[in-house]
Amino acid sequence: METLWFVLVVFMLAMYVVLDGFDLGVGAIHLFVAKTDDERRLVLQAIGPVWDGNEVWLVAATGTLFFTFPRLYGASFSGFYLPLMIVLWLLMLRGLAVELRSRGNAVWSGVWDGLFCLASALLPFFLGAGIANVVRGVPLDSQGYFFEPLWTDLNPRSLKPGILDWYTVLIGGLAFTALVMHGANFLALKTEGEVQARAHRMASRAWLGTVLLTAIGTAATFFVRPSLLVNFAAQPWGDALPIVAVGGLLIVRRFNATGRDGRGLIASGVFLAGMLASSAFALYPDVLPATVAINSLTVSNAAAPQYGLAVGLVWWTLGMVLAAIYFVLVYRLFWGKVHLADESY
Amino acid sequence: LDPLLLSRLHFAFTIVYHYLFPPLTMGLALLMVILKTLAIVRHDEIANQAVRFWSRIFAANFIVGVVTGIPLEFQFGTNWAQFSTFAGNVIAQTLAMEGAFAFFLESAFVGLLLFGERQLGQRVHWFAAVMVWLGTWASGFFIIASNAWMQHPVGYTPLPNGGVDLSNYWDVLLNGWITPQYFHTMGGAVITGAFVMAGLGAYYLLLRQHEPYARLFVRLGVVVGLVATLLQVFPTGDAEGRQVTAFQPTKLAAMEGLFQTEQGASIVILGQPNPETQTIDNAIAIPQVLGILTYRRWNAAVQGLDAFPRDQWPDAIALLFYSYHIMVGLGTLFAAVMAGAAFLLWRRRLFESRWALWLLLAATPFPFIANIAGWLTAELGRQPWVIFGLLHTADGVSPLLTTGNVLFSLLGFAGMYTVISILWLVVMAQEIVRGPVPHPHPGPLPEVEGTFG
Repeated sequence: METLWFVLVVFMLAMYVVLDGFDLGVGAIHLFVAKTDDERRLVLQAIGPVWDGNEVWLVAATGTLFFTFPRLYGASFSGFYLPLMIVLWLLMLRGLAVELRSRGNAVWSGVWDGLFCLASALLPFFLGAGIANVVRGVPLDSQGYFFEPLWTDLNPRSLKPGILDWYTVLIGGLAFTALVMHGANFLALKTEGEVQARAHRMASRAWLGTVLLTAIGTAATFFVRPSLLVNFAAQPWGDALPIVAVGGLLIVRRFNATGRDGRGLIASGVFLAGMLASSAFALYPDVLPATVAINSLTVSNAAAPQYGLAVGLVWWTLGMVLAAIYFVLVYRLFWGKVHLADESY
Repeated sequence: LDPLLLSRLHFAFTIVYHYLFPPLTMGLALLMVILKTLAIVRHDEIANQAVRFWSRIFAANFIVGVVTGIPLEFQFGTNWAQFSTFAGNVIAQTLAMEGAFAFFLESAFVGLLLFGERQLGQRVHWFAAVMVWLGTWASGFFIIASNAWMQHPVGYTPLPNGGVDLSNYWDVLLNGWITPQYFHTMGGAVITGAFVMAGLGAYYLLLRQHEPYARLFVRLGVVVGLVATLLQVFPTGDAEGRQVTAFQPTKLAAMEGLFQTEQGASIVILGQPNPETQTIDNAIAIPQVLGILTYRRWNAAVQGLDAFPRDQWPDAIALLFYSYHIMVGLGTLFAAVMAGAAFLLWRRRLFESRWALWLLLAATPFPFIANIAGWLTAELGRQPWVIFGLLHTADGVSPLLTTGNVLFSLLGFAGMYTVISILWLVVMAQEIVRGPVPHPHPGPLPEVEGTFG
C-alpha cells in the first residue's frame, strides 16, 4: 500500500511537471519568441485557459503527499523552507503577471512580461534543484527533521549541504533547458507563422542543451550518490524507465525537424516523466535519503497507517477520474491553433 | 520574537489576507448563477452582460485567492511540521480532497466561464457558472471540515509514539462541528457578495451611470443580502454559539469577556477587557441575556474563565473579545441595513433615495472586516491548542526553524501582499470605470435571444 502511494504521488508530480512544465517553459521563452504586443497576447492566450489547472497538480500532489506520508511532508517542507517560500513568491508573481499584463499601456505590459519571464524561468530551476536535493540526500537528524540554508560550501557531499551546490545547480539547469524545450514544443503546436518558426528554433537549441546536461547530470548523479545504481542492477526491468526517457528526448529532435509538433510535445513529456520516474525508482525504498543513512525516511517509516491509505485510495481514484474528465473537456475545447478574440488576454 | 510567535503571526497574516478574497468569490459565484439563470429564463440581455462583467471581477479576485491560498497549504509543512507529522493522517485527508474535488473543478470551469461562452452556447455557459459555484463552495467545505477537526477532533485513535491515526473517515467528513460553521461561513460569503453587488449598483446609480445594470445589481444584492443577513443571525450564528458553549467553554468565556462565572450571566455589549485585573473597563452589559443565548434559560450559570486553569485560557483575550464583538456588531448592522433597503425597494423608493444608496455604498467594506473578525474569533478562541484538547500550538511548530528565517519569509509576504493590494485596487478601479458595458470593439458574442428564441 505504501509503495502504491509512493507511485501515485510520483505520478501526480509527473503530471505537474509535464503539464505545468509546458506553460512554465512558454513563460520562460515568451520574451524571445513573441516580439509584438499581439504576439505576446497570443502566447498568453495559448496557455491562459489551462495554466491554472496545470498548477493544481502541484497543490493536489502536495495534499496527497501530506496525508499519505505526513512525516515526509513535515520533514521536507520545513527543511526546504527557504526555497519553498521563494517558489511561492514566484508562483504568485507569475499568476499575477498573466492576468495583469494586458490591463495597461506598453510600459505596464513590459514590466509584467519581464516578471512573467523571470518567474517562469526561475521556477523550473528551483524545482529541478529541489528534486536534486532529494536525490542527493538531506541532513535529517534522529528526530526526522532538517533545515537547509540556501547554500553552504557548494559541495554536494558535504555533511551540512545547502539547497544549492554544484550538483543541484546543474540539475536545476537541466530542468530549465528541458522545460524550455517542452514549452517551445507546445508553442509550436499552438501557433503559426513567425512565432511558430521562432518556437521551432528555440526548441532545437534547448534540445541540444538538454541532451548535454542530461549526459553530464546523469554522470554527476551517480558520482554524488553511487548507491542509486543498486536498484537498476537488482531489478533490470527498471532500466526501461531511463531508456524510455532518453528515447523520448532523442526523438524530439526528429519530430521537431519535420514539424510534427504534437508528437514532439508528447515526446518531451515522456522524457520529463521518464526522468522523474527513473529518479523515484532509483531512490526506492527511500523517499528522503539522509546524509547519515540511518535517519533516512523510507516508504515504510514515513507512511500513514493503513486505514487512512486505504480510504484515501477510494476517493483519490474518484477524484482523478473527475479531474481527467475536466482536463479532456478543457483541452478539447481549446484545441488547435490559438487566435486572438475580444475576451483574450 | 521567537519562531513560534513569528510562525503564528506568519499564518495569521497570510490567512487573514487570503480570506479577504474567497468570501467575495464564493458569494459572487452564487450571485452569478442567479444572474445567468435570469438571463436565460427571462431572455434578459442586461443580466447576461452583467454575468460577463461580474465574471471579470470574479476572475481577478479568484486569481488572488488562488495565489494567496497555496502558501497556506505549504505552511502546514514549512512552519508547522510537528503538527503535520502528528495529525497529517487525518487532517490532510480533507485538505487533499479539496485539491482533488474542488480545485480541479474550479480551474476547468472558471476558464470556461471566462473564455467559453462563444464556443459553448448559453446553456453550457450556465452550467459552467453552476460548476464554478459548486467548486468554490466545495472548496469552502473541505477547508471548514479541516478546521472543524482542529476545533473538535473526532474519528481518530491516538498512536503510541504520539500522533493520531484516522479511525473513522466518515466521522471526520461528517463531523457535527462542520454544519453550523460551514453555513455560517458561507453566509458570510453571500453577505459579502451581496453588499459588493448592491454597493457597486448604488455607486453607479449615484453617478447616473449604467442605470439598467445598476438597478439589477442593487435589487439582486438587497434581496439576497436580506435573506443572508437574517439567516446569519439565526439559525447559523445561534447554532455556532451554542456549539461553542457546549464544547469550547474557554473560548465562549474569553470572547464574551466573562472572567467570573455568573448565574444568569449578562452579555457585554461594549467595553475594553483587562486580562490582568480580570475586569472590563466601562462595560455596557445587559443582564441575563448570555444565559438565554447559550442555555435558553434566564438563570443559567455560564462558566467564566475563573472556572478553568490559567494555562487553558486563550492567550489573546482582548483581541478575541474585540474580534467577536466586531463580528456580531457588524452582523447586526448588516441585517438592519438590508432590512431598510429591502423596505425601500418594496415601496419602490430605493433607487431615488440617495441617502440609502450612499449607505449601501458605504457599507461595502464592512463584510470583509466581519469575515476576518469571525475567523479570528474561531482561531484565537481555540488557543492554546492547535488541535483542541489534543495538541498545544507550541508543540506543533517546526523544530529547527530560526527567528531569522521565519522573519525573512514573513517580511517577504508582507512586501508581496502590499504589491498585490495596490494592483488589486488598480484592477478593480479599471473594471468599475469600464463598467458592465459590452466590449468597446463589439465582437460576435452570442446574445441570449439568438440562442434561445
